[in-house]
Amino acid sequence: MNARCLLLGLVLFAAGFGSAAPESRAAGVTVAAAANLTFALDPLREAFHREHPEIEVTLSLGATGNLVAQIRRGAPFDVLLAADLDYPRALIASGHAAADTLQAFARGRLVWWSLQAPPPGADLATALDDPTLRRIAIAQPAHAPYGVAAREVLQHLGRWDDLQPKVVMGENISQTAQFVETGNVDGGFVALSLVLAPRLKDRGGWIAIPPEFYTPLDQGAVITRRGADNPAAHLFLTWLQGPAAQAVLQQFGYAPPTAAPAAP
Amino acid sequence: MFLPAPLWQSLWLTLQLATLTTLLLGVVGLPLAHWLNQSRSRVALVIETLVTLPIVLPPTVIGFYLLVLYSPQHAPGSWWRAIVGEPLSFTFTGLVIASVIYSLPFAVQPFQAALRSVPPELLDAGRALGAGPTRTFWRVHLPLAKRGVAAGLTLGFAHTLGEFGVVLMIGGSLPGRTKVASIALYDEVQKLNYDTAHAFAAVLLLVSFALLFIVTLLQRRALRG
Repeated sequence: MNARCLLLGLVLFAAGFGSAAPESRAAGVTVAAAANLTFALDPLREAFHREHPEIEVTLSLGATGNLVAQIRRGAPFDVLLAADLDYPRALIASGHAAADTLQAFARGRLVWWSLQAPPPGADLATALDDPTLRRIAIAQPAHAPYGVAAREVLQHLGRWDDLQPKVVMGENISQTAQFVETGNVDGGFVALSLVLAPRLKDRGGWIAIPPEFYTPLDQGAVITRRGADNPAAHLFLTWLQGPAAQAVLQQFGYAPPTAAPAAP
Repeated sequence: MFLPAPLWQSLWLTLQLATLTTLLLGVVGLPLAHWLNQSRSRVALVIETLVTLPIVLPPTVIGFYLLVLYSPQHAPGSWWRAIVGEPLSFTFTGLVIASVIYSLPFAVQPFQAALRSVPPELLDAGRALGAGPTRTFWRVHLPLAKRGVAAGLTLGFAHTLGEFGVVLMIGGSLPGRTKVASIALYDEVQKLNYDTAHAFAAVLLLVSFALLFIVTLLQRRALRG
């Protein structure tokens, strides 16, 4: 008897799940976003919800390369907010995203962040010379755009080779920040959007990096093949360029995108 | 061969990690399994549960705890740095310790079963002939349980080969130091190098198949006596 009740309960439970999914799909948009947007996404969703309460926004976070691999294998994402423009272009090239929807929505900024707050006015070169600096974290340059930028900064300063033994790679920019925050490294190159988040902004201190030290981190948004006929996806992307979304992005240190990207 | 050199390097690193971990699993796991089998105390119950936890816990949870424990900002990570001179996180040693913890149940459970399966009369006979408990364990008990012990060691080895989540949390993807095969494969997928990823995955699949084949063979032989 008990076993039957349990079985019945399980069946009803499963049925509940099954029926819930298609409903949310009706007026919703599923957004896959790069890790540097971790803290900005919820405020973005809230701002979007204030203007379009009828549209449900579902968010998935991950490394851009992973999200691209998932989209190519049929992951149910309508929109990709990438950390750069190259990954969305790769998605367009393989026919998994609509070429005419690619747009830069924000320009990310890289900062040097450490728990031991640098003195006011300190510059990066001095911070890197600190003898107590045993380990520094960057995102994996092989696939994380913020990691590429960090490498460019170190190369620009002529420190890439001699600091090599101290460099540790985070899988994505969030993990890089996590290495700094847990004290496992003495400092790291992370996204400004992370250290400006309420959760981290009182932890340690950061040094701004002159933008000419690295290639601009223009971040691209694109609608996937799956999202192409979802009006909510198009609405979300248009809204992302509008004043409400850009205000939120600026709070998190993103600069407005400068130029619309050319097609690949 | 058909794979880039850094991938072979990561595979080699993985084999080193798995070998060292397996040795330590034997050194730590066998006395532990024996003690757990013998002890009737509540402490043993708690320890046995703790040892089994990695089967249930997501690797990310273990990785996160290790990252916090390894941090040189506070104990015990600070003690380690004071003694050894470098922190545990992002080092090969750090991975070995993590792997031993992570693979412990996969070795200790077969060890326990194997040690339990030895008829007590044989152990009594050993003692009756004048051997002490330690000598009985090493000279009688262990040799009689050797197939199960070998299965436990191979399983520990295989499990370490497949480790991903823990290493992702505490490794830092350093080539030749912490970039093991699973992480290298992950990086290739991230870079959208699917062809290389496919080839490398096939190599890993073959190695894993061969290992599990050996384990299964050993277990079948052990069953037949």
